[in-house]
Amino acid sequence: MLKKKTKPRIVFESFNYAFFILMIGACILPIWHVVCASFSDAAWVMGQAGIIYYIKGFNVEGYKLVFENAKIWSGYLNTIVYVIATTSIGMLITLMMAYMVSRKNLLWANTIMLLVSFTMLFNGGLISSYIINTKVLNLYDSRWAIILPGCINAFYLILIRTAMTSIPRELEESAKLDGAGHMTVLFRIILPLIKATLATVILYYVIMQWNSWFPASIYIRSINKFPLQLVLKEILITGDTSTSVNSLSATTGDAAMYKQLIKYCTIVVSTVPIFIFYPFIQKYFESGVMIGAVKG
Amino acid sequence: MNNTTALSNHMPKAALPEKGKNKRERKFTRKSIASDFKRHKFIYLMALPGILFFILFSYLPMGGLLMSFQEYKPKLGILGSPFIGLTNFKDFFSSIFFARTVGNTLAISLLELAITFPVTIIFALLLNEIKNIKFKRTVQTISYMPYFISMVVIAGIIIDFCSSRGAITQIVSFFTGSTQNLLSVPEYWRPIYIISGLWQGLGFGSIIYIAALASVDQELYEAAQIDGANRWKQTLHITLPGISATVIIMLILKVGTMLSVGYEKTILLYNSQIYETADIISSYVYRKGLLEFNYGYSTAVSLFNSVINFILLVVTNYLSNKYSETSLF
Repeated sequence: MLKKKTKPRIVFESFNYAFFILMIGACILPIWHVVCASFSDAAWVMGQAGIIYYIKGFNVEGYKLVFENAKIWSGYLNTIVYVIATTSIGMLITLMMAYMVSRKNLLWANTIMLLVSFTMLFNGGLISSYIINTKVLNLYDSRWAIILPGCINAFYLILIRTAMTSIPRELEESAKLDGAGHMTVLFRIILPLIKATLATVILYYVIMQWNSWFPASIYIRSINKFPLQLVLKEILITGDTSTSVNSLSATTGDAAMYKQLIKYCTIVVSTVPIFIFYPFIQKYFESGVMIGAVKG
Repeated sequence: MNNTTALSNHMPKAALPEKGKNKRERKFTRKSIASDFKRHKFIYLMALPGILFFILFSYLPMGGLLMSFQEYKPKLGILGSPFIGLTNFKDFFSSIFFARTVGNTLAISLLELAITFPVTIIFALLLNEIKNIKFKRTVQTISYMPYFISMVVIAGIIIDFCSSRGAITQIVSFFTGSTQNLLSVPEYWRPIYIISGLWQGLGFGSIIYIAALASVDQELYEAAQIDGANRWKQTLHITLPGISATVIIMLILKVGTMLSVGYEKTILLYNSQIYETADIISSYVYRKGLLEFNYGYSTAVSLFNSVINFILLVVTNYLSNKYSETSLF
């Protein structure tokens, strides 16, 4: 239905487009600033005030220093280990538990679900969890302190359970007649049918663990177990660029100058994977937020 | 029209037994329990690891809250430490930190409620008016992006932008003439917190409203057009009522979590110079407990916070259920 637009409508739409163009600008600008600065001349970056919106004296000195830093490499490796371990263990136990609570004919299903939902409303809090994890479960300075507590999450369980309950029971009953056990039903029949929800939950796990730094900062003491974000925190927030700068100061003698540059480079190095995967995963997290919207 | 909103399925509601439906009451008698276990042994076994995780990492820490009534000594453990009644709570309520941390937490929450909350809805409404699909997708893609950047990186960028040579400091100095590091001025903390939160979360926060907007019946708009309602009238009488359920649910959630402002951004950015505006309950708990090893006391503060949060959420949910028939659970 094509209609002539009224004048106020045209004014409104122009303003609207202008607003969103500004919005996009505001979203990109800080990232652009960091990227440009990371490739620029260290001395120039040091003397610059305000936004850096172009690259001056292109070079990759900063990146060389970052990649010479062994902590960055071990951080990367640790983060990958943490992400894979949390996601796979978490998904496995969440799926198996969701399989149980999605069955209405089980006596305890609803009771357990209530207890699980309660953890979303009330929890022991930071200190109590810390004491339990370190004193009772003995997880201090252990990689498991990062992996295990992140595995189970009431919200993810509910997401998967909701998806499972929407599958017609006839499907699994016919599989049962063919002699399939519960594990077969879960992994062969149900899993393929709830792929979209699974992708969403996996995405949540990965993003959460990739960006996580706080648990590591309270549980982990050995530097060789630090995840990338904690290494990053030391460089960006605490301002400890020592390892890479020390090797440098001998040759150029200007450590402070490179400190700033290294910060920009580490931001880029740590965030690039997210940006590479982002276009592929975007549709999943949108569908994740909108699961259930279809019903409306 | 069914008013099920995008969110309601995410919330504990989905977890609760469907009322009315499936009403054959199952009784927990000794016989039924035994036969249930026998019949579904394997299914229960499958759920066991998950249940164990919930016990270890959610319910054990709830038991650990006993510490808040103790003078907890790591050597003696939770079971061996002496009980001191409500002393920890009294200490907190009578310290200057009580009013300060509760006040700062409330201030941040109220600002989010007054600024972030409506701005997110307006963002979604305006985006809904963009008819060029390609442009709309581009805006969505780019505005969701900051949400996935880690808090450490965000904090790093904030520190950079607020340093004496930073971009934001330059703008502020245009008005004030001073290029002081903004993160050392108490007055600037809240604007920094709210604006950086908007930068990171505006796009992502709007997804839920965009979903609700998409589910508004398009025929209503056509009917309104025939009746001669202009776009503004349509927004007022069709769009807003159409997303009101989602708005109310988000509002309950916001009000219900009023006193649970996360500590991550705060402890990455604050410093003793700006404690008076920046220190919130959760950062105070962190500092007292994990940096000063005052376990019993900090657990008490944290328990106080959790209990208030719980009550707030239940009460707002109850009120909303009563007056608008929309609720989380």
